[in-house]
Amino acid sequence: MTAMALKKEMDTMASQDSKTWQKVCTKADLVEFSGVAAWIEIAEGPAQVAIFYLPGDRLQGEGKPLYALDHFDPFSKANVIARGIVGDLKGSAVVASPIYKQHFRLEDGQCLEDESVKLQTWKIEFKGEEVWVEG
Amino acid sequence: MSTQKTATPEQLIIIGNGMVGHHLVEQLVDSGALAQYQVTVFGEERHRAYDRVHLSEYFSGRDADSLALCDADYYAVSGVELRSSESVIEIDRNAHEVITDQGRYPYDRIVLATGSFPFVPPIPGNDREGCLVYRTLDDLDAIRAAAETATNGVVVGGGLLGLEAANALRGLNLDTAVVEFASRLMPMQVDNEGSELLREKIEALGVQVLTERATQRIEDGDASRHRMVFQDDKVLETDLIVFSAGIRPRDQLARDCGLEIGERGGVVVDNQCLTSDPAILAIGEVALWNQSIFGLVAPGYQMAKTALSTLTGGDSHFGGADMSTKLKLLGVDVGSIGDAHGNQNPGARMFRYLDPIKQEYRKLVVSSDGKKLLGAMLVGNNGVYDTLLQYYSNGIDLPDEPASLILPQSSGAAPTLGPGALPETATICSCHNVTKGDICATIDDGAVDLAGVKGVTKASTGCGGCTALLKSVVDHELEARGVEVDKSICEHFAHTRQGLYDIVRVEGIKTFTALIEKHGNADTHRLGCDICKPAVASILASCFNEPITDAAHIPLQDTNDTFMANMQKNGTYSVVPRVAGGEITPDKLIALGEVAKKYSLYSKVTGGQRIDLFGARLEDLPDIWSELIAAGFETGHAYGKSLRTVKSCVGSTWCRYGVQDSVGMAIQLENRYKGLRAPHKIKFGVSGCTRECAEAQSKDIGIIATENGWNLYVCGNGGMRPRHAELFATDLDDEQLYRTIDRFLMFYVRTADRLQRTAVWRENLDGGLEYLKEVILEDRLGINDELERQMQTVVDTYQCEWSDAISDPEKLKRFRSFVNDDRPDPSIIMTSERGQPRPA
Repeated sequence: MTAMALKKEMDTMASQDSKTWQKVCTKADLVEFSGVAAWIEIAEGPAQVAIFYLPGDRLQGEGKPLYALDHFDPFSKANVIARGIVGDLKGSAVVASPIYKQHFRLEDGQCLEDESVKLQTWKIEFKGEEVWVEG
Repeated sequence: MSTQKTATPEQLIIIGNGMVGHHLVEQLVDSGALAQYQVTVFGEERHRAYDRVHLSEYFSGRDADSLALCDADYYAVSGVELRSSESVIEIDRNAHEVITDQGRYPYDRIVLATGSFPFVPPIPGNDREGCLVYRTLDDLDAIRAAAETATNGVVVGGGLLGLEAANALRGLNLDTAVVEFASRLMPMQVDNEGSELLREKIEALGVQVLTERATQRIEDGDASRHRMVFQDDKVLETDLIVFSAGIRPRDQLARDCGLEIGERGGVVVDNQCLTSDPAILAIGEVALWNQSIFGLVAPGYQMAKTALSTLTGGDSHFGGADMSTKLKLLGVDVGSIGDAHGNQNPGARMFRYLDPIKQEYRKLVVSSDGKKLLGAMLVGNNGVYDTLLQYYSNGIDLPDEPASLILPQSSGAAPTLGPGALPETATICSCHNVTKGDICATIDDGAVDLAGVKGVTKASTGCGGCTALLKSVVDHELEARGVEVDKSICEHFAHTRQGLYDIVRVEGIKTFTALIEKHGNADTHRLGCDICKPAVASILASCFNEPITDAAHIPLQDTNDTFMANMQKNGTYSVVPRVAGGEITPDKLIALGEVAKKYSLYSKVTGGQRIDLFGARLEDLPDIWSELIAAGFETGHAYGKSLRTVKSCVGSTWCRYGVQDSVGMAIQLENRYKGLRAPHKIKFGVSGCTRECAEAQSKDIGIIATENGWNLYVCGNGGMRPRHAELFATDLDDEQLYRTIDRFLMFYVRTADRLQRTAVWRENLDGGLEYLKEVILEDRLGINDELERQMQTVVDTYQCEWSDAISDPEKLKRFRSFVNDDRPDPSIIMTSERGQPRPA
């Protein structure tokens, strides 16, 4: 294992230790079948998260209404993921980066065009009308 | 030496991080060979691999980062260790170790990719301060530093690299001279006639050219820093000297460890790129294959591919490379194919064409029977290069009159090239350098659709500008192979755009949800995707013209339509208010300036005669538009697939040649068609007389004034594949003109494919221009009343989307950068350039 990979893994472990659930916004702030961006506090400091809202049972079977992914687009290096178009490709719900159009799976952040790229994801759920993220 | 896979990966050391060395790393990463090898790369420069082919652009605005061949973290992410600024000083073949200035590293295999170094002739004084070479970014930094206190510079060497260097010195505003030892410039590629022409063209640029000059010594000058003394005791004074007199392979490491070296340098390699020690390979300009060094990047890349195969137990071989090349040196086209001098083929015959006025020179070298092309040389115009290369590399029989290939074409317009007529070598995607031939090969290897071709070649995944062209080439090639091309717009609908359009109109479906539930493919989640959603949004807008910011339409839109502004690369937006016909009052100009100043926006005049304001933060857009609307502006739809601008010349109101009021007509047209959603953007131009100052013939709709009214041209295009608009109707009065354009545009909106400009639509239209005339002018399909009615509905229901949005608090919520906090995005950082902001 290279030193860099080791450091990455240690960082991941450290952040897992100190995760807390936090209220981010309310249902009224969300846009159906689209995304909004929000700030959350994580162990390393403030982070930008993209929140996608897919109401109803459109995703047959495994569907969830809420997804939280990194707002940062690693291809353009700009914070824009929440402003992408939401859709489904090959059976998975995805968002397309608004800049160079790569697709990221909402479930786990995996980029469909480049196996080596994956966005961070956070647990997210409704508590009543409120939207909570674990970060 | 075992090449079997073992649990512990073998140590592979690549010495050299230039273009070829880096290409090998990419090949290793992409092929999965990293499972077999732990790769360490040594580069003596501090920069990671960069594009040396475009080195001269370092002086015209590009920096080390933009010339870099990969992202800064590419090596780390890929799991390859890159050790920059670390020089290898010895290869210890007994201990199987590579020794650098910082340590010893064990190896199982080595690839030498050390490249070459510039040859500096052994002239007394060649090591004086300000005597430099042109090879690396550090060299260029040194040249730039020296140029700061210099007024003139000399390049020693009039070959390809010498002329590149001369261009760089010109770029630094130095009086530039080129000194060449031989009797002509580019002696390797060009003959006397061609070289004379090249010389004339280069001298016309203000570059002094001195041939047959052997520098004897360099000493202190009187007026300048140095004085060069030549063989005939003539002298030349200069502040700066750049040596570019050829390159030599960097084979010292190989010499020191006893590998076989060629008589005139270069590490001898076989067809597998193996040196005399099978543990060591050599590729690129350091490698000597069959007595030849290949000083171009393409053969180097081929060697890298061969090296990969050798390292992974494959059996591909390097079999030499075609050194045909086309270049633009100091803005002058130079092309060389095969045996360009005609001295490698006994009995070869030559055709020559020289135009001293246009300054073009072309030469064909043909076989003694006149049947085959053996070589060619071009100076001043590389237009026929691709065609000639086809004849040469595929051994195609020449036409009966070979000279016709290099004679000027007397017929008027050049024939338009559909996808079938493009030569195999035509570059389709310039970002990833993918040719039509590459695409055909991918299809022959089993790719069955556009996505497959893109996956293999990466075509259109760079800037994306070639998307439409790529699709038409792929479709054409698939059809040519008897494959039924699936024209479904995407996986959600088994319909074309035109099919969806007809469904929407006939069934009166007004939302995406209703459409996908009734007509979508059942085996998807019916969310749609970034292909079908914007396309359907555009169709719904063309048919019903409801505001695109309505809740049902918002999730369908591309970010530009959602926020009614154009997203730029750092996530900010640009704002373009409509300036119909390019006519603007002083008060409005002032208002624009004030808004730009208040919100720190970079301001640029566009090609469509309006003003683009860049760098607006998402959360500022509503305030910016409130102020613009208060000043009398409305949205310019620069973000939409819709009418952009109607460009005009000043016309008969002011111009002594004008025969009609072109500005007035442009404003009428822009106001009539503004807001019309279409398969792609639409541009108009209106010229007030036949001098055509508005360049209307390069637009989708071009209008040129005549004594009797207006001539209408259609389906022109500028951009990547320019196309002249074709004359469609003549001497129309105002009313006839509106009616004809109404029908034409609606027919285009109805029948074109997604993201298909009018030019491509027209080229793919069965029946061509004649058919289009029959439909629009003679009502062959009996649909003209309907087309006109539909256009009138769009015109009547126009509203400014921004006025609509800023009066609706629910819609304004969408413009928050973050829903839970007013903190702006801290990663948007601006710096200043030429007195204006730009992304840092």
